[in-house]
Amino acid sequence: MTTLGWLVLGLPFAAAVVGFLLPQTATRSAQVLTVSATGVATVLSIIVATGAPVAGKPGVTLAPFGTLTVHAGLRLDGLATIVAVAVCVVALLVQFYSIAYLAGDDAYPRYAAQVSLFTAAMLDVVLAADLIQLLVGWEVMGICSYLLIGHYRDLPEARPAAVKAFLVTRVGDVGFLLGVLVLGVGIGSFDIGTVIAHAGSMPSGTLVTACLLLLLGVAGKSAQFPLHTWLPDAMAGPTPISALIHAATMVAAGIYVVARLYPVFRLHTVALAVLGVVAAITMLLGALAALGQDDLKRVLAWSTVSQIAYMSGALAVGAPVAATFHLLTHAAFKALLFLAAGCVLNATGEVLMSSMGGLRRRLPITFWTMTCGLAALVGLPPTSGFFSKDAVLGGAWEAARGHGGGPAWVGWLVGVAGLLTVGLTAAYATRLWLRTFFGPAHEPAAAHETGHAHGPGHVHGPWVVREPCWIMTVPLIVLAVPTVLLGFAGLRSSWLPARLDAPGVAVHPTLGIALVSLALSAGGIAWVVLAWRRAPGTDPVPALPVLTRAFYLDDVQDAVIVRPYRLLARIVSAADAGLVDGAVEGSGAGAGMLSRRLSRLQTGNVQFYATGVLAAAVLLAVAAVLL
Amino acid sequence: MILVGVLALPALGALLLALLPAHLDRSARWVGVAVTAATFLVSLALLDGRSSGAKGDWQHVDVRWVPAIDLRFHLGVDGISLPLVVLTTLLTLLCAIYTVHSLPAPGRAGTMLALVLVLEVGMVGTFLARDLLLFFVFFEVVLAPMYFLIAVWGGPQARHAATKFVLYTLLGSVLLLVGLLTVYAAAGTLDMVALAHAHGSGIARSTQGAAFLLLFAGLAVKSPLWPVHTWLPDAHTEAPTVGSVLLAGVLLKMGTYGLIRVALPIVPAGAERFAPLLAVLAVAGIGVGTLACFTQTDLKRLVAYSSVGHMGFVLLGISTLSEVGVQAALFGNIAHGVITSLLFFAVGGIKERFRTSEMAAIGGGLAKRLPRLGALLTLAAVASLGLPGLAGFWGEAFAVLAAYRPAASLDRTLYLTLAVLAAVGAALAAAYFLRMLRSVVAGPPPAAAQHAAAVPDASPVELLAWAPLALLGVVLGLYPALVLDLTKPAVALLVTALPG
Repeated sequence: MTTLGWLVLGLPFAAAVVGFLLPQTATRSAQVLTVSATGVATVLSIIVATGAPVAGKPGVTLAPFGTLTVHAGLRLDGLATIVAVAVCVVALLVQFYSIAYLAGDDAYPRYAAQVSLFTAAMLDVVLAADLIQLLVGWEVMGICSYLLIGHYRDLPEARPAAVKAFLVTRVGDVGFLLGVLVLGVGIGSFDIGTVIAHAGSMPSGTLVTACLLLLLGVAGKSAQFPLHTWLPDAMAGPTPISALIHAATMVAAGIYVVARLYPVFRLHTVALAVLGVVAAITMLLGALAALGQDDLKRVLAWSTVSQIAYMSGALAVGAPVAATFHLLTHAAFKALLFLAAGCVLNATGEVLMSSMGGLRRRLPITFWTMTCGLAALVGLPPTSGFFSKDAVLGGAWEAARGHGGGPAWVGWLVGVAGLLTVGLTAAYATRLWLRTFFGPAHEPAAAHETGHAHGPGHVHGPWVVREPCWIMTVPLIVLAVPTVLLGFAGLRSSWLPARLDAPGVAVHPTLGIALVSLALSAGGIAWVVLAWRRAPGTDPVPALPVLTRAFYLDDVQDAVIVRPYRLLARIVSAADAGLVDGAVEGSGAGAGMLSRRLSRLQTGNVQFYATGVLAAAVLLAVAAVLL
Repeated sequence: MILVGVLALPALGALLLALLPAHLDRSARWVGVAVTAATFLVSLALLDGRSSGAKGDWQHVDVRWVPAIDLRFHLGVDGISLPLVVLTTLLTLLCAIYTVHSLPAPGRAGTMLALVLVLEVGMVGTFLARDLLLFFVFFEVVLAPMYFLIAVWGGPQARHAATKFVLYTLLGSVLLLVGLLTVYAAAGTLDMVALAHAHGSGIARSTQGAAFLLLFAGLAVKSPLWPVHTWLPDAHTEAPTVGSVLLAGVLLKMGTYGLIRVALPIVPAGAERFAPLLAVLAVAGIGVGTLACFTQTDLKRLVAYSSVGHMGFVLLGISTLSEVGVQAALFGNIAHGVITSLLFFAVGGIKERFRTSEMAAIGGGLAKRLPRLGALLTLAAVASLGLPGLAGFWGEAFAVLAAYRPAASLDRTLYLTLAVLAAVGAALAAAYFLRMLRSVVAGPPPAAAQHAAAVPDASPVELLAWAPLALLGVVLGLYPALVLDLTKPAVALLVTALPG
């Protein structure tokens, strides 16, 4: 089983290595290579997930640093293998979909290799038995996201967005690295099993510090406040990449790591309480910002911020199974939503909802599958989102009543924020649905500029809005299945919960919470629908700049961090050149004058060295005589 | 015998090349490749005789050489020396291969390669010497060839930069020599093995302090430690590619190697006393290097300044006086040698093509214009910013870890602060490398470039010279045990000398 596990991880990695070495013209080979490697990895991951769990035993010695040693191994338990399946499936569909979406791209092999590396890195995070090994995958994902977000070279906003994604997550990763080091040094091992087993013996102050440091990295990767700012800008990348980043990799990694190390986080409530506060803020922030966007993909991006916060909230209130459950359902419906959005962009050449409308007849498959995805996002029964969101809110309610193991106020906070977010989610999802698919159709402009910003480099001329080819629609249909049905997997404790190493915990809806959240959804939907019916085709939600600009947090970040850093860099650089080197050059000039006087007889540049060697020789001789 | 061979081969090669008539330019280049390739293969044979877990030297030579000044020809190889020696012979080989493709004005391959081979003798000798005076002699041998490499084959300001380099390092050498002689005066022997074995016993604590300070000052210039680093950006900016590669790849390591091999085990009490000073300056170097890089406009200068930051991590590791710290430092040495050499090769290739290393003048879009060169530069930059999974990560992350848990006798609060600062510095290295990639590699090519004559992408010879480094950057990143297994026993032996 361990061998199969290594293959799941190794195949996408090998495909990436080969893909990087292919010439950029070898598009077809790259497609065959990466799709088949990811496909085989998917099959193997399913075999591994259905097999018996393998407790991670220390594998290969990777880095013997003396008192501490880093190993590489696999931890193939239920949580890891189930999430690995989700990663593989989404990655496979993304690779497949990209064949059509990026048809004609002039750097396809590189793109496909980067997607493969991204997949391998996420699988490493998921399957790693060692924290440093996990960190490798964690950060390789960062660089892959940088490369992929910047894929469209001619798109001006792509470069800053790519840099921002890497730097913001990297700021968080300082914390993550330090957290891993504190845990590793405190316990004397980086092995996840050992860390979980012995974390209780660490001094509580050190342990809380380690957990908080780890959470900094989690906030960066999973786009939680205040390190969420990179995710909406990351929309500059190709749409399949958004699906990959938002559904199965990258943003899921932070949640996964907390779930993985949950026994450590559970030891002290401080870190989880902090996570709860962050989750509550992020949920509302993301949902409100989503309400103010005109760019279809940015609505979805902000919804990811908000939905990931549900998972953080579930972790904070002591419901890790609910968190993982929502992670899985979200992986399905968010991948579906982004790929469907890609179909819309591909068909219309537009990214702004104000330029869309009336698409439901022209793009029927996209319309119906996206409707499923939005229903799951809102949490309408019987879609998967209904069950998993209910599980999160149920966990918060349990915590609020004092059964969660943590402080009750965290339960209240997450629960109330979660319910409010339900209403907001319903509102922005309905707004997206109506503005894209209903109302008067916008006749596409006769001649688009060379391609369009966010889609594939596209043809000129009259635009015909029609459903994209089957390569792009089949993944939508495939994803619609778990989007609708995955929720039922939690109903029996022997089904999904048992696979998540939580025997005896069935995840089924509770009537009270279901009713309240359905009422709130209905309210959100009704508000938008009523406004829409008053003036069809116009934005049903008043455009507030504070929402569109997402509470101006980008400007705050710019003023508080980016600009001061630039200034500091300029000052230090000038000081180093002016003062430190100035002193050297000054004394050099003085000495030079002296040496010119001393060495009138000599010519040429050799003099300096000759003088030096002579001086050294004299010193040696003198020393030899004296000593 | 292998120990002597690894020095004799390049020495004889240098002699041969120096005597070769100037018109045999092509043959000179191939002779250079042959000699350096042979030396590289012989250096691999230094592994012979190593039993796994060998702590001390597994090969050694010890003969009287210049009795008048008690100089012995005493060489040895252990797990600390070997990786550096192999790095040196490999980089020299790659430089020779690169010279087949490209040689800056005024040409004269024979002379230049002879200088490179003399340089190799000095570098390898420094890592193998087991006698303090011999160590010093080899340490000094590198100065002359490097001076000429920069001054003759360098850029427009090369004279000034080369002079600054020589005078600055010579100043350090004087201090180093006085430090070595202080040790000799106190302990009565120059035998490094015996001195290390004695753990400083027989040398008064105050003498150890003075000796350490002198050795430290001398070696710090070479490493370079902030604030005695300013010769480095100038030298790198002006040096030819081969000079930059050997300077960054190996010469800087002679300073940190000296600290580990000489200063720590021979005067441990002094090391204990001044380690916090070293640590503070090292972290200052990380900070200054990182911040200064952010404002650089010249590619070569940027890479040079980044070295100040990276070597700061190596020095921080040493300053923790712990097994993890020294392991991290030794690994950091090798990783920096591999990655920064690749960076200088790539940047040199760019400079050769565009006749400038100013980022604004090069313009963006290298990934499109020169995909292979752009990809190599990207890989090198990503490795250099310390991405886990590539070689740059391990040395830096574990230097931070070592600072979090330094030797027991050191001040934990101070080191904890330094660990946090260093970790932040490591992350911010990403900022300037991404800024560089953004302005040079990414984006559309400048409009002017579409009309200009096509610039050729990396040639097969260049790829042959560069690919081994790219490969090593990945392999050492995925499997650092390759080096760490070698260094571990030797470091375990070394740290027994250290307090705490």
